[in-house]
Amino acid sequence: MSRLDKSADSARGGGIPIAGFRLDKRAADAVVWLLLLTMPFWIGWIGGYTQLGTRVVILALAAMSLNFLLGYTGVMSFGHAAYFGLGSYGLGLTIKYLVPNTLVGMAIGIAAAIVAAAIIGLLIVRLRGIYFAMVTIAFGQVFYFIAYRWNNVTGGDDGLSGWHRMPVDLGFTQIDILNNDFAFYYVALFCFAVSIGIMALLLRSPFGRTLLAIRENERRARFLGIPVDRHIWISWLISCTFTGLAGTLYAMLNNFSDPHDLHWEQSGNFVIMAVLGGMRSFWGPLIGAAIFIVLEDYISSRTENWESFIGLFFILVVLFFPRGVLGMIKRKTMQ
Amino acid sequence: MTELILYNVFNGLVIGAFYALMALGLSLILNLSGVINFAHGGFLTLGGYLAFVLVPFVGFWGALLISPFLTAIVGLVIERLMIRPLYGRDPLYSLLLTFGLAYILEDGTRFIWGPQTLPFSVPIWLQSQLSTQFFFLTGYRVFMVGLATVTVIGLFLILSRTRVGMRIRAGTLDLETVSVLGVNTRFLRTVNFGLGIFLAGLAGVLAAGMLGLQPTTGSELIMPSFVAVVIGGLGSLPGTLLGGLLIGVASGVTSVFFPDASEAVIYVMMGLVLLVRPRGLLGEEGRF
Repeated sequence: MSRLDKSADSARGGGIPIAGFRLDKRAADAVVWLLLLTMPFWIGWIGGYTQLGTRVVILALAAMSLNFLLGYTGVMSFGHAAYFGLGSYGLGLTIKYLVPNTLVGMAIGIAAAIVAAAIIGLLIVRLRGIYFAMVTIAFGQVFYFIAYRWNNVTGGDDGLSGWHRMPVDLGFTQIDILNNDFAFYYVALFCFAVSIGIMALLLRSPFGRTLLAIRENERRARFLGIPVDRHIWISWLISCTFTGLAGTLYAMLNNFSDPHDLHWEQSGNFVIMAVLGGMRSFWGPLIGAAIFIVLEDYISSRTENWESFIGLFFILVVLFFPRGVLGMIKRKTMQ
Repeated sequence: MTELILYNVFNGLVIGAFYALMALGLSLILNLSGVINFAHGGFLTLGGYLAFVLVPFVGFWGALLISPFLTAIVGLVIERLMIRPLYGRDPLYSLLLTFGLAYILEDGTRFIWGPQTLPFSVPIWLQSQLSTQFFFLTGYRVFMVGLATVTVIGLFLILSRTRVGMRIRAGTLDLETVSVLGVNTRFLRTVNFGLGIFLAGLAGVLAAGMLGLQPTTGSELIMPSFVAVVIGGLGSLPGTLLGGLLIGVASGVTSVFFPDASEAVIYVMMGLVLLVRPRGLLGEEGRF
């Protein structure tokens, strides 16, 4: 019971007591949102640039969507790049070949991710633990090979280029996201906020509580008559949907669909973001994504062998920092 | 046409033998320790490059013999230092760790030996064609299949006849009981890890002789090996062997009719197997 209480607490963002006084959960939320809303104005001072901030927000959305499954349902997926990349290619192909409209492109990208996730989900929903992880890894690679091989449509190894994001046409007004990085940041942040809001609401609902129960003790949940497989399938679908949304945004950010978006290395990056920030905290993956992306940006501008450093970083996080940033803070303050 | 199909079936068997060697190593480690070794491909590449370094000193045969052992030693050190602390924790962590290792091994080989493909020569008499009619039966390919067969038989003999092999099999079923019976399970896991990496190193030397040396070889071969393990069924080594050969032949035959799908076909097979038989072809029910 007490364990469940604690995790229920973390689902709401938790109250983090810092330096003697208890930082209210709402205050913490407000600080996070304030920082995100003002990011384009201060990121330049600390040596960043607007596009870097946009990348953090988009990849954080992917990592938080993954964490819906990983941290809150307790199911280990290592193949989320597939749905991220499907969003990316869905949008890119639509804008390049069908209609040059951002919203239609996003809808098609997300739909592609949902359809693929629904079908693959049906095949894997009965598997658990490392078996689940293995199969998600392997299935994640199908779409990579399709993108890689279907040269004349997807551009193969070079990726899908020759298109760019279009202004968002809302009927009454247009948002020019193409030439205005600021505007694109806020569009991305809007999508981020809506998705995160939906996921937070879901986690607070009876459905979300059931997911936590499954994570804590699947057998007991089953004895209580909860249709566990169906819950995991729905959770998987939700997670993949928002990952697909993040993929469409990422393609727009780069004006390019990269086959690397579909590759298993990208899946691993999402997982490390979630772990680095703290899997059991709602905001954890955001912090993890920020640290990871800034670090990657910095290292890859200094050395060609940045992959080794990223690999070393993985190892160090796993061996010395397995609870992640927020997990550590929580643990310290609880003692 | 028959010849073409025959050629591709044989070629598929050769590739399948690779997948099987690699997947058997993966499976060994997975079954006993519950670690999904993402770095397996990296160890394979390392085995190939170590052989490349050794050839000038000890010749092809010496390298073929020594390189897998050296690779296994590297594997043992890594297991002891990094993976052992993670036993008993969420398998997510060992997965992430080996993921990082895969990055380092690939980038490290690229750093030391360069990104370009290095040639790896095999003895001349192995390069000859054995038959003018069946042009594809080069000596090296037949040799590879032969060596892979001998290795697999050796592995199964070790597992069924030696004390340590029997302990590995027992540990796969119930490690706790094996530990209670007085077996040093930490040591057992280390030996088992080394055995798996040995197989990867051997596959690496063989692959180098056929494909040449490239830092990315390992990451290209790792996914099919995962698929082989899943198709064969987790927990079953004969299943893994069968899975490796099956997907090798399947992608070989597909490359005759629809070359662009030769990679995707193995995932379709995996999907079908999971649909009909979620535990894999030879997997035990209820184990995973």
